[in-house]
Amino acid sequence: MQIHIPTPLRAYTDKQETISVEGTTVNEGLAALVAAHPDLQQHLYTPEGKLRSFVNIYLNDDDVRYLPAKEDSPVAPTDELTIIPSIAGGCCSR
Amino acid sequence: MPLRIPRPLYDQLRAHGEETYPHECCGILLGKSTDADLQVIEILRAGNTCTDSAHNRYNIAPQELIAAQRQARKSGLDIVGFYHSHPDHPAQWSPTDFAEAHWFGCAYVITAIEKGHAALTNSFLLAGTTEDDKTFTDQPIEIKDPTHQSSIR
Repeated sequence: MQIHIPTPLRAYTDKQETISVEGTTVNEGLAALVAAHPDLQQHLYTPEGKLRSFVNIYLNDDDVRYLPAKEDSPVAPTDELTIIPSIAGGCCSR
Repeated sequence: MPLRIPRPLYDQLRAHGEETYPHECCGILLGKSTDADLQVIEILRAGNTCTDSAHNRYNIAPQELIAAQRQARKSGLDIVGFYHSHPDHPAQWSPTDFAEAHWFGCAYVITAIEKGHAALTNSFLLAGTTEDDKTFTDQPIEIKDPTHQSSIR
């Protein structure tokens, strides 16, 4: 599968934008990515090993959090994973 | 590290805030990042998914971010920043903006919209490498006029 890396995390992938990894599930793909680029670990996962809340993982066009098997969802070699940090904010809490 | 943006795009992102007033607007900046600056080449308007609190909150749907990233990839560009408006509120980052900022090395552009009219526009660079050491730093905006002359503000 191919994994697309967002701009701020390319500092930890030797500036690579897209990385090909082996794996049959989302979790296996992410594990292979982190094994190849260990500095990504702290940016993707909490110290407890959970995906950080602001890190969105999409399998093709689907948010992995909403897939029945979540991170254990099966992945085909032609599938694409996209890592995309959230964008939000606002002026105040009126 | 300045943010360099063509005048027409600068005007467009400010106009977006006027159009959505009294709600916050938001969008994505595509361009190129170098060691010396962030160059904006294209802006993409985004929808604000915070429909129940759009006057003081914004959120860009991940699907829109993914579409933007795909578009950038096809054009040989990167996502280099984001913009949003502060209706009747200063063009300064808020605690909410800071807490929700995760795109290190990217620009966060904020335009104050005063009674429907664009006032000050500021840019803040998200510096640092982790959630623990991140900071917003003031970032000069260098506006490139069509005549290729630049003005810094």
